[in-house]
Amino acid sequence: MTAAGLLRAVIFFGALTLLPFVFGEQWVLNSLIFTLMYVGLASAWNLLGGYAGYPSLGHAAFFGVGAYAIAIVFENSVGSGYPPFFLLPLIGLATALLSVPIGWVAMRTRADVFAIVTITLLFIAQTLAFNLRAVTGGAQGISVAVPPFPVETYNWPFYYAVLALLALAMGISFYFRRSKIGLSLSAVRADEDKAHGVGVRVTGVKLIAFGASVGLTAMLGGVWAYYVGFIYPQFAVDPLVTIGMVLMAFLGGRATLWGPVIGAFILVPAQQYFAYEFGASHVYLVAYAAIFLIIMLLLPRGILPTISDRLRMRRRRRQGAQAKSHGAIGGAK
Amino acid sequence: MPWSLHALVQAVILGVLTGGVYALMASGQTLIFGIMKVVNLAQAAFVVLAAYLTYSLFTLAGIDPFLSILITTPILFAVGVAIQWTLLRVLRPEDAAELSLLVTFAAALGLEGLLELVYNTTFRSIQPGYENFSWTVLGYQVNMVRFFAFLLSLTMLGLLYLILHRTKFGRAVRATVQNPMSAQLLGVNPQRVAALGFGLGAATAAAAGAIFGLISPFNPGSHYDLISRLLTIVVLGGLGSIGGSIIAALVMGVGSAVVAALASPIWSDFAFFVVLLLVLLLRPRGLFGARVRGAI
Repeated sequence: MTAAGLLRAVIFFGALTLLPFVFGEQWVLNSLIFTLMYVGLASAWNLLGGYAGYPSLGHAAFFGVGAYAIAIVFENSVGSGYPPFFLLPLIGLATALLSVPIGWVAMRTRADVFAIVTITLLFIAQTLAFNLRAVTGGAQGISVAVPPFPVETYNWPFYYAVLALLALAMGISFYFRRSKIGLSLSAVRADEDKAHGVGVRVTGVKLIAFGASVGLTAMLGGVWAYYVGFIYPQFAVDPLVTIGMVLMAFLGGRATLWGPVIGAFILVPAQQYFAYEFGASHVYLVAYAAIFLIIMLLLPRGILPTISDRLRMRRRRRQGAQAKSHGAIGGAK
Repeated sequence: MPWSLHALVQAVILGVLTGGVYALMASGQTLIFGIMKVVNLAQAAFVVLAAYLTYSLFTLAGIDPFLSILITTPILFAVGVAIQWTLLRVLRPEDAAELSLLVTFAAALGLEGLLELVYNTTFRSIQPGYENFSWTVLGYQVNMVRFFAFLLSLTMLGLLYLILHRTKFGRAVRATVQNPMSAQLLGVNPQRVAALGFGLGAATAAAAGAIFGLISPFNPGSHYDLISRLLTIVVLGGLGSIGGSIIAALVMGVGSAVVAALASPIWSDFAFFVVLLLVLLLRPRGLFGARVRGAI
C-alpha cells in the first residue's frame, strides 16, 4: 500500500468512526447508515461485476437471504440487542458457501446471459419469499424484535456494524487488487478464453469473487433487516436495490477501489432527497430513471477512470511539449 | 384416473394458447437481440404500455381491443425507434453490450414511472364483454380470447417471417445479423437497420399488449413479472433464434399451466426458472442458440 493510499484509508475510516460523536443527530446517522450500506453493497458488487466483469443483476436475492435469515432467527427476541450482529459472520459464510453451486451454474454463461440468469435468481428469491408463508410470513412480511438500546444512542450499534462491514468489503476489494486473485480476475475480465488457455484457474477465482460478493451482500441485508425492523418480500428482494448497487459502481468507476464509494456517496443522498421531495408522487421513478440514463450516457466508464484518463493525457501532453522544447522526439510516448 | 387426465389435457390446451402469446412477445425480444446484440429489458414495459394504450382506446373511444392493434402498432414502432435513436445509438461500441442492458432497464423504469403518473398503480383490465367467453369442445374449455390471441400470434409471427424473408429491409436485417461488417460493405446502413429493427421488435409488443390486457389484470409494475418470463424464454430458446424462442414459449406455457393445474398456481412461475437453470446446467447456450464468442 502506498503512503498516500494508507493516508486516504485512515482519514476515511477515522472520520467515519468519530462522526457519531460530532454529529449525533438521529437523522444524520439514519441517513449515513443507508449511505454506508450502499457503499458496502456497491463495493461488494464491484468484486464480481467490476473485477471479474460479470455484471450480476441478481444481488438483491442475496440481500434478501441475509435479511430473512436475521428476521427469522430474531423474530421474537434479540436478548441484549447484540446477538444479531454476532450471527452476521455466520450468515455471510453460509451464503458464500451455499452460493457456490449457484455461481457455478450461472457463470457457465457470460455477459448478457449471465445478467439474465442472475435476474432470474432475483425473481426466484422473490417468489420464495412470497410463497414460503410458514417461514417468511408471505406478503404480510415479518418483523424483528426491537433491541433494548438506549434512545439517545439507538442508531450507534447499527452504524458501527455497517461501518465494520464496509471496512471488510473494502479490505477484500483492496486484497483482490494486490493479490494473484486480482490479476487472475482481470485476466478473466479481459479475455476469459485466453486466460483459461494460459493456465489461470478461471472457475476457482470466479467462484471466490462470487462467494465474497454475495456473502458481503447477505451480511449487509441482515443489518438492514434488523435496522428497519420489518421486512416485506417487495423490499427485501427489490430490483431497485440491485440497480442501486450497479449504478453506484458504474458512476464511480468499476474495478477501482474507491469508485463504488464515490458513486454511493453521490447517489444515495440524491436518492434520499428525491424520495423526500417526490416520494409521495410518482415522479420519483421517472427522476431516478432520468439520472440513471444521464450517468450511463455521459460517464459510461465512471468518474474515477475518466479522471485518471484525463490526468494521464495531460501528463503525456506536457511530456510531449517538454520533449519538443528540448528538440527531442522520443519523449512523447 | 380420468379426472386428472382431463385436468392435464385442459392444462395443456391452456398452456399452448398462452405459450402462443408469449411466443409473440419473445419474438420481438429475439429479433432485437439478433440484430443489435442488445438484450432489451424494456420489451415487457413496451407490452404494458401497449396494454394501457389499448385500455384507453377502449374506455375512451370504445375501440375494440383487437381492432386497436392497428393503431397501437405504429405508436409502439415509433417509441422503439425513438429509444434506439436517442439512447442506444450513442453508446460506444466497446461498452455497448453491457451498457445497453442497463440503459434499456432505465427505459423500462422510466416507462413504468410515466405510466404510474398517468394511470396510477391500480390494477386495470380490458373488459369488452367477451373476455370470459369460452367454447366447450369435447368437454374441454377453450377460452375464446386466448384462442383468437393464439391465431393472432401466429398471424403476426407469419407477417414477421414475411418481412424478414420477402422484403429488402428483411434481407438487410438478416445480412446484418449474419455479418455486420460484410452487410455494411454491401451498402446496408447499420444504424438504419438497427433503428428500424428495434422499432419492429417494439411493434410486436402492440399486439402482445392488447392480448395481455385481455387475459390478465395489469398495473405499471407488471413488466417485472413479464420480463422475467420473457428472458427465461429467450435464453431457453437460445438468444437470437426466433424459432427457438417460439418452441421455448410453448414449452414454458404448457409447463407452467401443467404445474399450476397439478400442484398450485403459486409454483407455476417457479417451474419456469427451475427449467431455465436446469437447461443452462446442461447446455449453456440454450436449446437452439448458436455459440457466439463472448456472449455465452
